[in-house]
Amino acid sequence: MEKTNKKRLWITLLCAAALLILVTLLENVLDPSKNVMLFISLKKGAVYALVAVSMNLLNGFTGLFSLGQAGFMLLGAYTYAILTIPTDQRDAVYYIYNGSAINFSLPELLGGGPVGLVLGVLLALILGGCVAAAVAWLIGLPVLRLKSDYLAIATLGFGEIIRAVFQWDKLGPVTNGANALKNFPTFSSFNIQGGPRLSTCVAFLLAGICIAVILLLINSTYGRAFKAIRDDEVAAEAMGINLARHKRLSFCISSFFAGVGGGLFAMLVNQAQAKTFTTAMTYEILLIVVIGGIGSVSGSCIAAFLYVAASEWWLRFLDTETVLKNGFKVPFLRTGFRMVVFSVIIMIVVLFFRRGIMGDRELPDLLAGLSGKTRRKEASGK
Amino acid sequence: MQYAISILLSGISLGGQYALIAIGYTLVYGILRLINFAHGDVFMVAGLLMVYLTSFLGGILPPAAVIPAGLLLAVVLTVVLGFVIERAAYKPLREAPRMSVMISAIGVSYLLQNLATYITGGLPQMYPEIPGISKTITIAGVPTKVVTVVTPVLVLVLVVALTQLINHTKIGMAMRAAAKDFETAQLMGIRINAVISVTFVIGSFLAAVGSVLYFTNYPSIVPLSGALPGLRAFVAAVFGGIGSIPGAVVGAFIIGISESVIKGSSWSIFSDAFTFALLIVILVAKPTGLFGEKVTDKV
Repeated sequence: MEKTNKKRLWITLLCAAALLILVTLLENVLDPSKNVMLFISLKKGAVYALVAVSMNLLNGFTGLFSLGQAGFMLLGAYTYAILTIPTDQRDAVYYIYNGSAINFSLPELLGGGPVGLVLGVLLALILGGCVAAAVAWLIGLPVLRLKSDYLAIATLGFGEIIRAVFQWDKLGPVTNGANALKNFPTFSSFNIQGGPRLSTCVAFLLAGICIAVILLLINSTYGRAFKAIRDDEVAAEAMGINLARHKRLSFCISSFFAGVGGGLFAMLVNQAQAKTFTTAMTYEILLIVVIGGIGSVSGSCIAAFLYVAASEWWLRFLDTETVLKNGFKVPFLRTGFRMVVFSVIIMIVVLFFRRGIMGDRELPDLLAGLSGKTRRKEASGK
Repeated sequence: MQYAISILLSGISLGGQYALIAIGYTLVYGILRLINFAHGDVFMVAGLLMVYLTSFLGGILPPAAVIPAGLLLAVVLTVVLGFVIERAAYKPLREAPRMSVMISAIGVSYLLQNLATYITGGLPQMYPEIPGISKTITIAGVPTKVVTVVTPVLVLVLVVALTQLINHTKIGMAMRAAAKDFETAQLMGIRINAVISVTFVIGSFLAAVGSVLYFTNYPSIVPLSGALPGLRAFVAAVFGGIGSIPGAVVGAFIIGISESVIKGSSWSIFSDAFTFALLIVILVAKPTGLFGEKVTDKV
C-alpha cells in the first residue's frame, strides 16, 4: 500500500508539472489574440475545476448536500476586489458613492511593483477564502444540523441572502451597491511586458495548489473521517468521530476554497458583481461535479474543462445560423440552441451515466493499472 | 390606511398564487421525498404556453373563443408536461439515492429554462389579457384587479376539492398510504407508479391555474420568471410543514403577505432574503414546520 501511494503521488505531481509546462508553452507559442476561445476555456476551466473540487469535498466526500457555493464565491470575489483595487482607481470605480470607504490596496501596501502585485494578490485571495470560511462557520452553526435536502435548500437560501446584502445601497461605499467592482489586478496583469505571457499559467498554478491541498486533506485522517460520515453517520459517530466538528470543518474548508475560487473568477472576468453569482452558477458547478463523478477529484477537474470548453467553445456553432453550400439552411440553429443541446446532454449523463466520467475513482488509479478488478473487489466487500 | 389595504390585498393575492404552486411541492415531497426543482419551471412553461396558444388560436378561432380554448389547452398541456417529466426524469431513478433524483430535477429545471430561452429568443413575452380577471375594480377605495379577489376564492375552492379527493376517494387513500410508507403501500397492492403520476398531474394542474392568476398581474414572462416564485412556494411548503396541504396554504399566505409588506417598504431589496431567512429560522427551530408530523429516524 505504501508503495502504491508513493507511486500515485509521483504520477500526480508529474502530471501536474507536465500540464503546467504545456500550458505555459502553449500560451507563448500560440498567439492569444487568434486563439481567444482556447485560452478563455483553459482559464475558466481551471477556476471552475477548483470550485467544483471544493464542492465535491462537501457533496462527494462528506455527504453534505450544499447549494451555497455561489454565495461563498461571491464573498471571495468581493473581498479580493475590494482589497486590490488601486487607490488611484477607487474614485472612478466608486463614482456613484463618491469614493470608497476603504482607501488602501494590498499590492501597493506591500511595496508595489511585481513583488507587491504577487504578494498582494496572493494575500487578497487568501483573505477572500478566510472571509468565506468565517461566514461559513457562522452559517454552519444553525444550518449544519439539517439533513440532506433541507440542508440543500437552506444553503441555497443563504446564497440568495448574501447576494441581496451585497447589493444593498447602504453598503455602497464598500461593495459599490449593485454596480460592478473593476480595475483590479487580473490574470492578464501577470503577462510580463515584452517577456513571456503567464496569465494562463498563473490560473493553473493557483487552482492547482488549492486542489493539491484539498487532495492532501482528503487523504489524511480528516479525509477518512469525512468519508466515514458520508457512508454512514451513525456508524461514524459510534466509531468516535465528532460529527458536528467534522461537518463544520468540511463546510468551512470547502467554503474557503470556494472563496479563493471566487477571487480567481473575479480575476478571470475582470469584474466582481453580485448578480453574476446566482443559483444558476451553483447548479452549473453541481452539474460539473455530477458529470465528473461524485467523489472523484480528478473527475471534477476533467469535467470542469470539458464543461467549459463545450459550453463556451465547441458548441458555439449551434448558436449561429448556418446555410450549407447548396443553399440548405440547417434547421434549429440560432441563439440559445447551444444551451438546449447542452442541457439535453447533461440530462443523458444524469439519467444513464449516473456515475459520471470517473465514478469515485481517481486518474492515477487508472494510470497505475489499479483500476477495475482490485477496486471492485474492495467495493463488493462492503 | 389605503396604502395598507392595497399592500394587504396584493399580499393575499400573491399568497394564493404561491399556495397553488406550494401544493405541488408538498404533494410530491410527501410521496417521493423529492424537492421537485423543476416545478417552478413547469409553472413558467404554463405561462408561456398560454402566450403561444392564444396567438396561435387567434388565427383560427373566433375572438370570443380564443381565451377559453387557450386556457383549457394550456392547462392540459402543462399537465401532460408534468406527467412526461415524471416518467422520463424521475421514474428511471426510483431506486437511486435521493441525491441523484434531486440532481435530475435540477437538470430538468435547467433544460426547461434553456428551452424556453431558445423558443422565446430570450425576449420577454407579453401575457395575454384575460377578460373578466384583468379588469380593474375598486375595493375600500383601493383600485385593484379582479384577479386579487378571484385568487383567494379559487384557492379555497381548489383546496377543498383537493382535500375531498385525498380523504374520500380510492386514489386519495392510495396517495396517503404511499406518503406514509412507500414500500408497504407497494406490498399492499397499490400501483405506486400510477399514484405518483396522479400526484404530478394534480401538481401541474394547480401550477397551471396558479400561473394564469400570477402572470395576469405582470406584463410579461421571461424564461427565469418561474425560478423565484417556485423557490418561494417551496419555502411556503416547508414553512407550513412539508407533506401537509393546509400547511402549504397557510405558509403561502404568510410568505405572500410578508413579501408584499417588505416590497412596499424601503427594504424591498431584502424581500427574497427575508423569505429565506424565515426558512432557515423555521428549519432550525421547528424542522417539521407548522403542521408537519414529527418523524423519527430509525437506524
